Amino acid sequence: MNIEEGLLKGEKRACARLITMLENNDQGAIDIIKKLYKHTGRAYVIGVTGPPGSGKSTLTDRLTKELRKKNKKVGIIAIDPTSPFTGGAILGDRIRMKDLSLDKGVFIRSMGTRGSLGGMSKATWGAIKVLDIYGADYIFIETVGVGQSEIDIVKIAHTVLMVMVPNLGDDIQAIKAGIMEIADVFAINKADLGGANKTQLEIEMNLDLNEKKDYRPSIVQVSASKNENIDKVIKKLSEHRKYLDETGEMIERRKRNAKLEVIRLVEEELMDLIMNKALEEDMLEILSEQIISRDIDPYSAKDNILKLIKK
Amino acid sequence: MERPIRVLVAKPGLDGHDRGAKVIARSLRDAGMEVIYTGLRQTPEQIVAAAIQEDVDVVAMSILSGAHNHLFPKVAKLLREEGVDDMLIIGGGVIPDGDIPFLKESGIEEIFTPGTSTTQVIEYIKNNLKR
Ligand SMILES: Nc1nc2c(ncn2[C@@H]2O[C@H](COP(=O)(O)OP(=O)(O)O)[C@@H](O)[C@H]2O)c(=O)[nH]1
Ligand SMILES: [Mg+2]
Repeated sequence: MNIEEGLLKGEKRACARLITMLENNDQGAIDIIKKLYKHTGRAYVIGVTGPPGSGKSTLTDRLTKELRKKNKKVGIIAIDPTSPFTGGAILGDRIRMKDLSLDKGVFIRSMGTRGSLGGMSKATWGAIKVLDIYGADYIFIETVGVGQSEIDIVKIAHTVLMVMVPNLGDDIQAIKAGIMEIADVFAINKADLGGANKTQLEIEMNLDLNEKKDYRPSIVQVSASKNENIDKVIKKLSEHRKYLDETGEMIERRKRNAKLEVIRLVEEELMDLIMNKALEEDMLEILSEQIISRDIDPYSAKDNILKLIKK
Repeated sequence: MERPIRVLVAKPGLDGHDRGAKVIARSLRDAGMEVIYTGLRQTPEQIVAAAIQEDVDVVAMSILSGAHNHLFPKVAKLLREEGVDDMLIIGGGVIPDGDIPFLKESGIEEIFTPGTSTTQVIEYIKNNLKR
């Protein structure tokens, strides 16, 4: 299988294999991305976040079907948490996207967080590039959706879609601190269950308190499982995209995200470099013993480790 | 860091419940694997499409309804037609001993009948990966 050619032709197997290689930190995969990077930049990336069970997967399924009517090609990255104890994970988002598996214009990939914080797998950044080269017009990233771990999505998405549900009660208070700021569009899902107006009011009130944002996020009531108002969500997403394009904010976001990505990559590699050396020389072990016996303090221990790469 | 084994746990056919599949999914997860679970009533075509997009190491199918002689070989055949030769295909469920040789000939590498412990399945997977 020639991955490079396959990917440019939009072959799913090539796409899938390259994502696997990226997940496994394969240098060959990075080399392919380096070579094909000029083919990226076309896709519009939407982060789908919100509490577990709010209907992120179901809504992503319906939004994708709506976009397929317009013949748009869609990539979906669905992230679920990896157990920090076993390293295992159950990735179950495909259950809600069954009929999309066979659609020629849709590619779905499930990912475990694999130890990274921030609700995103480290390989997500790479997978987005792969889907972009593959030819996706739209890329949805469904995050794990647990409270404060959602911050990474803004570093990667052009538009953040926050999926809420009615009758969350006090939960909305608990999560709003972190989330009100990152949402560009609110979808109040499960509107068929009632209570959506009240939730909308609560969100509006919170937005009123937060006027410093240039773009006032829009709010749509929707029922993913009943397939109601899906087109309205698409419309609100498009409005936000248009805003980004017309105000130059899109370029700003891209630039900011590029900066953050480079910083992240440098951090990662530096950490690996230093820690591998430190582990090799058993420094961590020795230093930690010296720290508890008060022969050295943690700050000096840090200096010692950093000297490994300064020399 | 060792990469986790990726397994698609699929339920082909019309079975109405998936308790068995969920039990196996959970034990594989607890053994450190990434389990992609696709839910009930999957067609062989859907299973193959998901296996390819998820680029799994293992396709594990479970069936109770008795349609294994048709559905299991179909999945193996479709995967072959797609040029996939590096996935381990295994099956489980209520399967008479007499059917097992045929299933193995059709490309299902191992069949686990009721009473197999999940530990055995885990060991088998770890020892028989194709890549
Ligand atoms: N009543 C109702 N249930 C829904 C709706 N959308 C999704 N659900 C159900 O909510 C549950 C969780 O959905 P899922 O998409 O898996 O949520 P996620 O965890 O946020 O991805 C499932 O049982 C869905 O069938 C909706 O609009 N109305
Ligand atoms: Mg989900």
